[in-house]
Amino acid sequence: MKILVCLKQVPAKDAPVKVASDGANAGKWIRDDVGYETNEPDAYALEEALRQKEAHGGEVVALTVGPARAAQVLREALAKGADRAVHVLGDDLAALDSYAAAEAISRAIAGQGFDLIFTGLQSADFGFGQTGVVLAELLGIPHSTIIMQVEPIAGGVRVKRELEGGFFQFQELPTPAVLTIQSGINKLRYATLMGIKQAKSKPLAQVTAADLGVTPALNRQAIQRLYVPVKTKKTEMLTGAAAQVAGQLAARLKNDLRVI
Amino acid sequence: MADEILVVAESRNQQLAPSTAEVVTAAQKLAADTGAELRLLALEGPAEDLCAALAGFQSAGVLRARHEALAAYSPEAYTQALVQVLSRRQPRYVLFAHSYRTRDFAPRLATRMGRAFISDVTAVRVENGRTIASRPMFEGRLAADTVFLGEPPYFLSVQIGVFRGDQAARAAAPVAVSDEGVTPAAGPGKTEAPFQEAKHAVDLTQAAVIVAVGRGIKEAKNLELAQKLAAALGGEIAASRPICDSGWLPMDRQVGSSGQTVAPKLYVAVGVSGAIQHLVGMKGSRAVVAINKDPEAPIFEVADVGAVGDLFEIVPALTAEIEKLRQG
Repeated sequence: MKILVCLKQVPAKDAPVKVASDGANAGKWIRDDVGYETNEPDAYALEEALRQKEAHGGEVVALTVGPARAAQVLREALAKGADRAVHVLGDDLAALDSYAAAEAISRAIAGQGFDLIFTGLQSADFGFGQTGVVLAELLGIPHSTIIMQVEPIAGGVRVKRELEGGFFQFQELPTPAVLTIQSGINKLRYATLMGIKQAKSKPLAQVTAADLGVTPALNRQAIQRLYVPVKTKKTEMLTGAAAQVAGQLAARLKNDLRVI
Repeated sequence: MADEILVVAESRNQQLAPSTAEVVTAAQKLAADTGAELRLLALEGPAEDLCAALAGFQSAGVLRARHEALAAYSPEAYTQALVQVLSRRQPRYVLFAHSYRTRDFAPRLATRMGRAFISDVTAVRVENGRTIASRPMFEGRLAADTVFLGEPPYFLSVQIGVFRGDQAARAAAPVAVSDEGVTPAAGPGKTEAPFQEAKHAVDLTQAAVIVAVGRGIKEAKNLELAQKLAAALGGEIAASRPICDSGWLPMDRQVGSSGQTVAPKLYVAVGVSGAIQHLVGMKGSRAVVAINKDPEAPIFEVADVGAVGDLFEIVPALTAEIEKLRQG
């Protein structure tokens, strides 16, 4: 099977959230001291693709849409075992909405004949949760979302979808198809030293978004203002030495909440 | 003709899903703000009747789109049926609950109609004729006011748990139901019935006290700290999704949208940042205590008492204090 995995580079989970309050960047995220990492569900999507290839043969291609720094997620994917990578490159691509990102992917892979396309179910930064499904619609192929198991069958795949409240559901889809992968579907591997070394000689193709005709002008939605959410609930915050905080907490649990 | 707001109802086990009432509350407010007429749309199989329940809400009408291809959910049949209804009615807004089902078909529907879908919305307002939807970003640590570029219909999904379903205005007498003819075809493939993995070995919904751990616990061996605190409080141990994904605790200990929804007397969140998927599973707790090193962590948004600091120091000290109080 020929599998495409779409990976997004996102700010690291512990990245500081500071929003500019005035000037030309008012309402924009100040990203000077932000580190980046592979979006977590996308890492699981890559792992699932690698496992499918190891079990059934085929090829795994990693793709990202983003500025130059995003190449790091491709280098990691190649080190973990992807066969080749495609970088859709552009300085302003972090501003794409799901629709424009899906356009970029569909144009970049035109004619490449993938059997399966994996994405993470959503990104940790924008959290649209739409790119995979929009991509399926643009390609005119079926999709299934929030996948916890993938098993090839004749002419397609049998997948286990996660539903709400601890329920699941099996579905059979013809290929080609897009699957959005849930975190926890498998156990992630680490890149080996050998893998990192081999990755250097694997193909990493670059295509500019401009050549594909993709810019934020394709967006169908736009962020007008970004802000740190206003607190609505009155929270009593305890700070200070651990022993002191623990003493205050215990007293609250006994006197106000009456659980001791 | 007045603008129209359509709420697309969601069914679960042939019944109206509780989240639909929440969306109705949001839509009634939007209707009051904009002067648009609110109608409630049900996609039904031949043996289903969601409309009877929908007719109990105050609205300008209930619409029934019934077809055998809609008896079991499929994204293609839902998309086709909705394209047919929306192309005829040309509503200004289409609202859904931000459920797993909506996430499965709404992006396809909006794209087929060449429109935007703004997902996971917590508030909608109209300013100078422009619709502004607020939604969380970066796991709730940021929020974004988001606008539609292009023409209506504007597709929005409303975050579950934000609006209160019991505040949806009820109709004095059942609202009239009219039929919307649709002829969808199910997509390729085959969908089986939903099932539960194994019965939950642990029923967290009945626990009076829950101590939940998140990523902040760092390593599996540190779970012992939280387990001791839970034991001192006579409570159950639970976790956010990443902890169960890592196999540190079994899946049936998971609280959140894909795990259990709990409402204990006391919920102690230890090193839980408070991603929205976790918050929806524990927001109903009577009291929430959060211990986290990051004062900006979203968990503090829902906490009654927040302790900012190193959980590896605070948790053992708290356990010792509780044990002392119990003995005293």
